[in-house]
Amino acid sequence: MTYHNPPTTPRTSYTFDEYTLSEIRRAASTGIYDIRGGGTKRRVPNFDDLVMLGASMSRYPLEGYREKCGTNVVLGTRFAKKPLKLSIPITIAGMSFGSLSANAKEALGRGASLAGTSTTTGDGGMTPEERGQSKYLVYQYLPSRYGMNPVDLRKADAIEIVIGQGAKPGGGGMLLGQKISDRVAQMRQLPKGIDQRSACRHPDWTGADDLEIKINELRELTDWEKPIYLKVGASRPYYDTMLAVKAGADVIVLDGMQGGTAATQEVFIEHVGIPLLSAIRPAVQALQDLGMHRKVQLIVSGGIRNGADVAKALAMGADAVAIGTAALVALGDNDPKWEKEYAALGTTPGAYDDWHEGKDPAGITTQTPALMQRLDPVTAGRRLANYLKVMTLEAQTLARACGKNHLHNLEPEDLVALTLEAAAMARVPLAGTNWIPGAGG
Amino acid sequence: MPTIDLAKTSLRDLNATLHQLKPDTNETLWTITNPAGEHSIAVGVDAPITINIDGNVGYYCGGMNSQASIIIEGSAGQGVGENMMSGLIHVKGDASQSAGATGRGGRLIIEGNASARCGISMKGIDIVVKGDIGHLSAFMGQNGRLVVFGEAGEALGDSLYEAHIYVRGPVASLGADCIEKEMRDEHRVELIELLKLAGEANKVDVSEFRRYGSARQLYNFNIDNADAY
Ligand SMILES: Cc1cc2nc3c(=O)[nH]c(=O)nc-3n(C[C@H](O)[C@H](O)[C@H](O)COP(=O)(O)O)c2cc1C
Repeated sequence: MTYHNPPTTPRTSYTFDEYTLSEIRRAASTGIYDIRGGGTKRRVPNFDDLVMLGASMSRYPLEGYREKCGTNVVLGTRFAKKPLKLSIPITIAGMSFGSLSANAKEALGRGASLAGTSTTTGDGGMTPEERGQSKYLVYQYLPSRYGMNPVDLRKADAIEIVIGQGAKPGGGGMLLGQKISDRVAQMRQLPKGIDQRSACRHPDWTGADDLEIKINELRELTDWEKPIYLKVGASRPYYDTMLAVKAGADVIVLDGMQGGTAATQEVFIEHVGIPLLSAIRPAVQALQDLGMHRKVQLIVSGGIRNGADVAKALAMGADAVAIGTAALVALGDNDPKWEKEYAALGTTPGAYDDWHEGKDPAGITTQTPALMQRLDPVTAGRRLANYLKVMTLEAQTLARACGKNHLHNLEPEDLVALTLEAAAMARVPLAGTNWIPGAGG
Repeated sequence: MPTIDLAKTSLRDLNATLHQLKPDTNETLWTITNPAGEHSIAVGVDAPITINIDGNVGYYCGGMNSQASIIIEGSAGQGVGENMMSGLIHVKGDASQSAGATGRGGRLIIEGNASARCGISMKGIDIVVKGDIGHLSAFMGQNGRLVVFGEAGEALGDSLYEAHIYVRGPVASLGADCIEKEMRDEHRVELIELLKLAGEANKVDVSEFRRYGSARQLYNFNIDNADAY
């Protein structure tokens, strides 16, 4: 009698999953690495791995709709004559004109101003639309120095020196030819239609000792009025924070690996840098070790989505957060209403990330006039303001539950972790235990 | 003719005074004594004045200068005239790294040598160096002109965009996408004009210079050029 093995279910590989296989085929047929926008797509430990404890027998909550819970924040109190006084601790991150349309930049300015917070320029300079519509505008000082000039520098409310971004610590910028329109080319002083790669290192300083001199130059240029921020991608947050304080920063912007980008190699986005969750405590520790916590303010970013993320980041010691991707979604990025057009681009709402190609159906990451016109800056700005309001209310709700009359009174003791990784990274106990893995050693 | 003695006046007071000058100021000739290598001297000036600096300066002297003529009677530290917009900076001695970095306009004249990264990311400035320049000069140079009487270090004009480079002496090596180009009449005219502005008209023979520029092969990514990066 012959024995037949019953057929097994066809089994695909966990290691060689569908995405991996498609990427190998894509590389084999094109000969170029994948470039895309957005942030890390795979799961990394994040704020969802933490919960807040709320009040109990030993803590007293605040009444939801009656008792005040402050949300304001002052940025740049260390040296600047004119610190930024924001109504909410949620700022709009730097996103370049070039990667984004002028309408999108204007909408960000409008939304931020309605909410009483700041927005930020990006690689590519300051547009009049953005300056005009932004009550508080932070001007980025990047290695490329595209469009850099003393007039705009003096028009800014703060200056942000970009050392790195969470999506690509150690990487420069890139804007592909399709998006170098006449206006973008003119602002960057480059030929139209070329692929433009911004440098990854600043042209006129190297190392933290030089940076200190550079910061002083910018202060002299602007008569010590403006707060100077330093933005770093999260990789060695303890030492980077120490060096940033030593170099004379007023504010440190710490961007975790989930942070969005306009266009970067996929391999960079997914494999360089550390999750924001793991970066905040070392940075705060450095500030505390230097006696500078709350004197040099810490803004954190990278995957912030809602008021819970805000409350948890603040409880870990940050003074404020910044949002990029979420702000674009609020404006209308990846909206299902463009489903057919996303399908025509071979993708689907929620997954569209070829922002570098400039074909964005939502009119945000494009320089094509017909697409750009789809985004009405007034309506989109209103949407962003609504979203910022909701995030703030959510954060306040959690803070009141923890008995805090200001978001800045949230503390690590209000948090516990749901996973071992998160407990170790956030340096808070695993829920229901006193155990902080790695503490004390 | 105001004189500011940096041994007695703070850098802050000096720069604040210069920033308050209006374009139609009558005080058009300034002298700064005892600079003693201080950083950020006369940064961000925006008035048609002349500033004589009586000695050596530190980093970023004349940074983001607009309109002013700044004469440095000594040597300059890193980033002299960084991101300058217009006007003139004249260094009588040598200049350290990143001279004229990202400069968008105006003229930077260096009587001596300039170190590495001279004219890095230049965006419209004209730079004349009467001595030698160091490595990686005019890296990613976008616009403007760099003239060198002496030698150039390694990787000249790496990843160059549209800046024009003229060098009289030997070039240690050219960076990615930088090539020697034919010197045509229009380039001779351009060079003569630059030499005139640097006070060297008729003193230097333009035919001794060679011209370098972008091969424009890296303007749009092509996998077959990956080895060049
Ligand atoms: C479209 C886009 C353009 C960006 N451009 C810049 C830039 O020019 N300079 C910069 O420092 N960061 C840039 N970033 C990064 C953001 O400033 C910020 O670090 C990041 O978006 C935060 O993470 P999130 O997107 O998860 O909120 C960009 C991000 C996006 C999404």
